Amino acid sequence: MTTMTTTTKTATTVLDANGVTMRFGGLTAVRNVDLTVNAGEIVGLIGPNGAGKTTFFNCLTGLYVPTEGKVSYKGTVLPPKPHLVTQAGIARTFQNIRLFANMTVLENVLVGRHTRTKEGLWSALLRLPGFTRAEQASRERAMELLEFIGLADKADHLARNLPYGDQRKLEIARALASDPGLLLLDEPTAGMNPQETRVTEELIFAIRDQGIAVLVIEHDMRFIFNLCDRVACLVQGEKLVEGSPDIVQSDERVVAAYLGTPFEGAPGAEEAAEVEAAEADAAKDAAQTATTSTEEEDTR
Amino acid sequence: MTTNHTTAPGPAFLPIPPAAARIGTVAGAAVALAGTFLAWTWTDEFPGDLTVTGYPGGLQVLTLIGAALTLLLTLSGYGVRGLGWLTPGGTNSPVRLLALGTLGTTGYTLGAIAYDLGGIVNLEPGAWVSGIGALIAAVTALGLPGDQPLDGTATTAWQRFRNSLGAPQAPRAKALPSWAEILIIVAAFGIGLYVFAYGIDTDYTELFIGFLITVGFAFTALHRAGLVSRLTALTTKHRNITLAAALVAAVCFPFTQQKEEYALIGANILIFGTVALGLNVVVGLAGLLDLGYVAFLGVGAYAAALVSGSTMSAIGVEFPFWAAVLTGAGASLVFGVLIGAPTLRLRGDYLAIVTLGFGEIFRLTVNNLNGNSGPDLTNGSQGIPSIPDLNFFGFDFGLKHNILGFDLGRSANYYLLMLVFTAVVVLVFRRSGESRIGRAWVAIREDETAATAMGINAFRLKLLAFALGATLAGLAGTVQAHVNYTVTPEQYQFAGSVPPNSAFLLAAVILGGMGTLSGPLVGAALLYLIPAKLQFMQDYQLFLFGIALILLMRLRPEGLVADRRKQLEFHENDQPDVPEPRQSEETAAGIAKAGA
Ligand SMILES: Nc1ncnc2c1ncn2[C@@H]1O[C@H](COP(=O)(O)OP(=O)(O)OP(=O)(O)O)[C@@H](O)[C@H]1O
Ligand SMILES: [Mg+2]
Repeated sequence: MTTMTTTTKTATTVLDANGVTMRFGGLTAVRNVDLTVNAGEIVGLIGPNGAGKTTFFNCLTGLYVPTEGKVSYKGTVLPPKPHLVTQAGIARTFQNIRLFANMTVLENVLVGRHTRTKEGLWSALLRLPGFTRAEQASRERAMELLEFIGLADKADHLARNLPYGDQRKLEIARALASDPGLLLLDEPTAGMNPQETRVTEELIFAIRDQGIAVLVIEHDMRFIFNLCDRVACLVQGEKLVEGSPDIVQSDERVVAAYLGTPFEGAPGAEEAAEVEAAEADAAKDAAQTATTSTEEEDTR
Repeated sequence: MTTNHTTAPGPAFLPIPPAAARIGTVAGAAVALAGTFLAWTWTDEFPGDLTVTGYPGGLQVLTLIGAALTLLLTLSGYGVRGLGWLTPGGTNSPVRLLALGTLGTTGYTLGAIAYDLGGIVNLEPGAWVSGIGALIAAVTALGLPGDQPLDGTATTAWQRFRNSLGAPQAPRAKALPSWAEILIIVAAFGIGLYVFAYGIDTDYTELFIGFLITVGFAFTALHRAGLVSRLTALTTKHRNITLAAALVAAVCFPFTQQKEEYALIGANILIFGTVALGLNVVVGLAGLLDLGYVAFLGVGAYAAALVSGSTMSAIGVEFPFWAAVLTGAGASLVFGVLIGAPTLRLRGDYLAIVTLGFGEIFRLTVNNLNGNSGPDLTNGSQGIPSIPDLNFFGFDFGLKHNILGFDLGRSANYYLLMLVFTAVVVLVFRRSGESRIGRAWVAIREDETAATAMGINAFRLKLLAFALGATLAGLAGTVQAHVNYTVTPEQYQFAGSVPPNSAFLLAAVILGGMGTLSGPLVGAALLYLIPAKLQFMQDYQLFLFGIALILLMRLRPEGLVADRRKQLEFHENDQPDVPEPRQSEETAAGIAKAGA
C-alpha cells in the first residue's frame, strides 16, 4: 500500500454521494449508495458485471438524474447537468472509450479546456486582443498535459488512429484538461497489457500527487488493491463493503459475490469475458469508422 | 533513365511489352494532336466550325489539350529531364486517365457530329486521324505498368482496371523558397479561373459536355500524379496568401465575361455557394442536419424586399442598403433562434424531420400572408416583385459601367457586391471554426455525450451554430432579393428546379466536402453550372441529381474536397511509427534526376 494513506485521513471531503438510487423502470441499478472521497485519496469501486458501477458514475456526473439522493462536491450540491458538473470540478473517462475520433490528439485535449476558457464567438470572429493569448495559453496547457501523459509526440495524430492504450491515456489527459478536483476513471486499464497497466498505475499516482482525488472502477484486482487507499464493493446496486484494501480483500461476502473461489490476481472467467467483450466492441467501432471513410482505399 | 521502368510495382492491365506500350502511347497522342489541325467535318452546321484546316477550333481544342497533356505526362514518365515534377505520385495511371479522357472527348465529338449531321459520312479524314490516334493512345496506355501492386482480392477485370488507375501518394515535396511557392499558388488560381471562365463561356451544349469530360479526367489524372496533393500542401502552408489569391481570382472573373447571362450565372453561383458555406457551419461543423435551411435565405430576402422601397412591398419604406442588410440578417437570426430553441433538443433524424417541417411552414406562411387567408404582408404566391436596383453614392447597380476598359453589366455589379458577402462568410466560417467555439461544435458532432461531459453546454452551442448559420443565410438573402428583382415563396422550397433550395444546398455541402471551406463553394459551382448549361436535361434534373448523389456516396463519400483528415494522413507519414509508403520506381527516378 502507499504511504499517503495516513496523510489523507484528516483531509476534506471532495465528493459526497448521499443515498444515490437509480431506477430504470422496474430495475434498480443503484440502490441507496453512500460514498465519500476525500482530498488526496484514491478510492476504488469494484463489483461484478452489471453491479451498477458505471450507472453510479453516470449519476455522479449528471449524465443520469438519480431517482433519489444527492451528490455534492466540496460542500455544494451538484445540479444533474453534465457540463455543470464538469464546470464544478469533476472530470471523467468512459468505460467504452469516447474520444472525438476525427479530431487530433491536441484538439481533444483542447476541448477538455472548454470550461476553463471563456473566449466566445465574437472574440473569435473579431480576433479580439485576448483571443490569441487565450488560445496560446490553452495550447501550452494542453501540450503540458500531453507531455505528462506521454503523448506529446503524437499531438497531430487523429485520435482514432491511436493504439488502444494511448486512447485510454488520451481520455485521461482530456479529462485532466478541465483542471478537476476529482477524476472519475471507468476501467482505465481495460484491454491493456500488464506493462501498460503498470504505467497507468504510475500515472494515477502522479495525478493524485498533483492534488487531484481519484475514484476508479476496475476489474483488475491486483491493480485496485495496489492503487487504492480505500475500496468500495458494489453488488447488485448495493454497497456491500467499504474499507481499506485488506479488509475488502478478505471479506468473504466480497469473495463470494465477486471474486469467486480462486483469487490470486488471475482474472476470472467473468473478467476475461468482459475484457473480450470490450475489445470486440472497440474493434467493431473501429470497423465502423473505417467504413465511413473509405478515402484511403480510394486514392490508392 | 528509362531502364528502371521494367521493375514495375504493379502489373499492366493489358499484356503489352512496356516499351511498346510507351511508344504506342506517345505515337497515338501525337497523332491525335496532329489530327486536331485538320478538318473534322465538311459543314459549319455543327457548332464551333470544325471545317478549318490549319488551326483547331471548338471541341478540337479540347482534344488538343487532352492529347498534349497525355504526351507531356508520358514523356515525364520516360524520365525526360525537367518534366519529372509533373508526376511525383503516380506516373502511368495519370497517363492512362488522360488517354482515356482524350478518347472520351474525341469519341464524344465524333459521335455528336455523326448524330447532329446524320451519319458518319459527315466525318472528314481529320476526325478519323484524331479518333484513331486517341484510341491507340488509350489502348496502349492500358499496357503501361501499374503504379501500385495488385492486392490479392482484385481478381475481376473491373477491379484490375480500377487498380490500374490508382496510384500511391506522392512523397512530401522539398521546400521551395516561399516566393516560388506563392508563385505556384497564384499560377494555380490563374489556371483555375481560366478553366472556370472557359466552362461558363461555352456557348453550346456539346462544347460544355466535352469540357466536363476533359476536366473530369484531367483533374483526376493530376490528382493521381500527386500534383493536387502537392498544391494542397502549399495552400495549407500559405493559407492567407491562398485566400487572397482566391479573392483576386474571383474579382477577376466578371472581367472575363462579356455576356450578361454568364455573369449572372457567376452571381448566382456565389449566392448559392455562400449559403452552402453558411449551412456548412450547421451541418459540417456542428453536425446538425438542417433540411429547412433555405427558409433563412428566404427570411433575409423577404426582409430586404420589404424594406427595399419596392412599390409592391406592404411596408413601403426604403432603407439604405446597409440597414436592409442588418434587417435581413437580424430577421434571420431571430427566426433561427425561434426555430432552433424548440427543435435543437432533438437529435439526429428527429431534428432533420422537424427542420424540414419548419422549412415548409415558412413557405406556406409566406404563401398565405396575402390579405385573403392572412394579413397582407408578402402578396402570397405573387411574391414581392420590382425590387429596385441598389444605388451606392450614385453608383447604380442596374447600369453598365466601364471599369479599366471592361464593361461591367448589372450582374457583374451584383457579383462583385456578393463577393464581399462571400468573403465575410468565408472569414466567419474560418475564424469560428478555428476557435474554442468551433472545436466545441466539432466535439458535439463527434460525440455529444462526451462533449457535455467535457463541460460543453451542448444546447447552447448548437443554438449558436444554428443562429449563426441562419444569420449568414439571411445576409446572402438580402443580395439575392436584388439580383432576382423579385422574391416569391416558390424559390424557397425543399427541392425545386433552381438551385438554392434546401436539398441542393445540402447536396453542395456533401458533394463538396463537409466541414471544409472550399468544398461547399466547389459543390455549389458544379451543382449550379451543370444544370444551367445543360438545358436539355431540365426535365430529368432531380432524377439525374439523385443518381449523381448515389454514385458519389458510393465512390467518394467524403466529398470532392476532403477535410483535414487527408492532410493529416500525409503528415503522419513523417512520423516514425507510421511505415514509409513504398516508393514507386518513378519517384526513385525523380530523386535520381534531382541528384543528376
Ligand atoms: N440506460 C439504462 N437503461 C436501462 N438499464 C440500464 C441502463 N444503464 C444500465 N442499465 C442496467 O443497469 C445495470 C447496471 O449496469 P452498469 O453498466 O452500471 O454495470 P457495471 O457495474 O458498470 O458493469 P460492468 O462491470 O460490466 O461495466 C445493468 O443491469 C444494466 O443493464
Ligand atoms: Mg461499467
